[in-house]
Amino acid sequence: MSGIWLALVGGIVFFFGYRFYSKFIADRIYRLDPEFVTPAHQYKDGVDFVPTNKWVLWGHHFTSVAGAAPIVGPAIAVYWGWLPALLWVLLGTVFAAGVHDSGTLLMSVRNKGQSVGTLANKLIGQRAKILFLFIILLLVLMVNAVFAWVIANLFISNPSSVVAVFIQIPLAIWIGYSVYKRKGSMLVPSLIALAVMYFTAILASYFPVLQIDLVQMFGGEGATTFIGMNATATAFFAWIIILMVYVYIASTLPVWKLLQPRDYINSHQLIVGLALLYIGLLVTNPEVTAPVTNSGADDKSWFPLLFITIACGAISGFHGLVSSGTTSKQLNNEKDVRFVGYLGAIGEGALALVAIIAVVTFFPTTGEFTSTYSGFTAANGAGLGVFVQGAGQLINGLGIPVEVATTIVAVIVVSFAATTLDSSVRLMRYIIAELGTEYKIKPITKMHVATTIAVVSSAALTLIPEGPNGFGSGGYLLWPLFGTSNQLLAGISLLLLAIWLKRRGSNYWPALIPMVFLLVMTLYAMIIQVFTEWAPWAGETSDWLLFTFGAIVFIFAIWIVLTAFSIFNKEGDNPEVDNK
Amino acid sequence: MKETKGVGIEMADKKFSFKKLMEYYDEVLSLPHRTEVARELRDEEDLFMLLIYSDMLGIPNPAFYYTLELYPHIIEKFHDWHLRMGMEKSPLEGIRCC
Repeated sequence: MSGIWLALVGGIVFFFGYRFYSKFIADRIYRLDPEFVTPAHQYKDGVDFVPTNKWVLWGHHFTSVAGAAPIVGPAIAVYWGWLPALLWVLLGTVFAAGVHDSGTLLMSVRNKGQSVGTLANKLIGQRAKILFLFIILLLVLMVNAVFAWVIANLFISNPSSVVAVFIQIPLAIWIGYSVYKRKGSMLVPSLIALAVMYFTAILASYFPVLQIDLVQMFGGEGATTFIGMNATATAFFAWIIILMVYVYIASTLPVWKLLQPRDYINSHQLIVGLALLYIGLLVTNPEVTAPVTNSGADDKSWFPLLFITIACGAISGFHGLVSSGTTSKQLNNEKDVRFVGYLGAIGEGALALVAIIAVVTFFPTTGEFTSTYSGFTAANGAGLGVFVQGAGQLINGLGIPVEVATTIVAVIVVSFAATTLDSSVRLMRYIIAELGTEYKIKPITKMHVATTIAVVSSAALTLIPEGPNGFGSGGYLLWPLFGTSNQLLAGISLLLLAIWLKRRGSNYWPALIPMVFLLVMTLYAMIIQVFTEWAPWAGETSDWLLFTFGAIVFIFAIWIVLTAFSIFNKEGDNPEVDNK
Repeated sequence: MKETKGVGIEMADKKFSFKKLMEYYDEVLSLPHRTEVARELRDEEDLFMLLIYSDMLGIPNPAFYYTLELYPHIIEKFHDWHLRMGMEKSPLEGIRCC
């Protein structure tokens, strides 16, 4: 079967989902009111609250939520075959993510543009807000560890991408400076920066002298280095230290100096990447060689693990943070909630869809797929690398040599992961400072203290789990835990939405059903992983680190769910701000 | 405060063209940066206002005589500033903007 069919089916499901289900949600459940004065108009200040055209806002929202996560999750989840992954991405996007993203956006719009955390405080109480902060804290800590692992591994496996990624930093600083100080447009300089990056990537693909291969520098695979580890482990260690020093600097600089110009260049990369992959798919018309369902996948059951392995791309709690954090403050008209929130989720679904297609069409035969994806741990380790090569193969169909195409895909994925890393270290710093304020621990409210805690704990988490390759080989083990926390956040946001809808007198089932599904799957998966695999009594598979983290998240989750359910059953005042 | 039209609101009325598409693309990508630059400029402006009115707040300002001339020009900005600083009425006796 051709991969184009998967894209076509996906496109049709997304189209009908948007055309009919989102209309039903907008008109009958959310009852969007074009007369409502949105916070962008009510508090218009030219900085945070600015009414924005829905197309512009959709583009901004989409580029903020799309990153490396909707690529990593599906690349691993195809282990169970392409059909379960495809179904979860399509149905999860249409029935869960769309409702969640547009719902959190609407709730925030109806409450002065406040964030989900503040709304949790308002709807469930002060303790819920602190629990919420802790869950987000653990989530960002895992994001830091996993994405540092991803970047270090891609640098090791694709040394030709290193220079292109690092050259982005001075280019971004130059753009930030030229826009801020000289009030110039960003478009031309950032396109020049992109051209310079890709030109460097092309050169590095052909000239080994431009490839920074730390493994070779440390004596090649199998060599023992000066600190007694093998070369791969030393290279990994070195990359993690370099990355952590970089994120420390990046997350303490004003955002306009480095972070935002980098995001700007990366947004071009998202568009370029999506266009190249979908056009490449049409031109190459590749065959799907991965099995529909993988009968050999018997070491880990897809039920319930699939639903936490693909988090972003199906439904993600992080989207709620973006929806209620910045997007809600810029919404021009309440009617735009459907377009911006729901279609933003579909944009991310489209990225996850192409990630699935790139992986399932990469292998020449089904046998090669099953030998690479021989077990869940192997799938975790190989998934992203397979995506990079599979995507390279699709782009190769456009006449771009395969080495160049693979390097460009690696540059795109590393850039996405680095952006996520920058932002989540910054977010972690804010949360640590907020908890410091909440508990009156003054030192940790300081920027450098909070950043140090964030960076050191993330580096420690990436480096602690040791495996056959030394440092960091357990990094991907954290992925399911990342998915778990992300799904919990989404579940809690849906619960808040259900409470809010109930108090408004609306039908709350479209929010309650995906919420129950998500929470049941997540808690079920957690029980299996935390208490039967990672627990100290589990024997060979026990892992105290994952057990501790998992147990903390589990207890918080149970606590917050019980509190919220008791609130759900109580009658309360409608917490809505009436701006009419 | 400066009247802001909003981002891209007027764009919808124009006819479709390549130029419009590029304008749209630029607006999408520059939205967060525009916000951040506006925030930086507002902070600079706040500092400037503080310097201008420092004498009235009890901080000696050797250039007070010259800044006095600026008052009629920045009275509106002053009003926005004290609102943003959480003061509903003008904090300065001599200046009653509201």
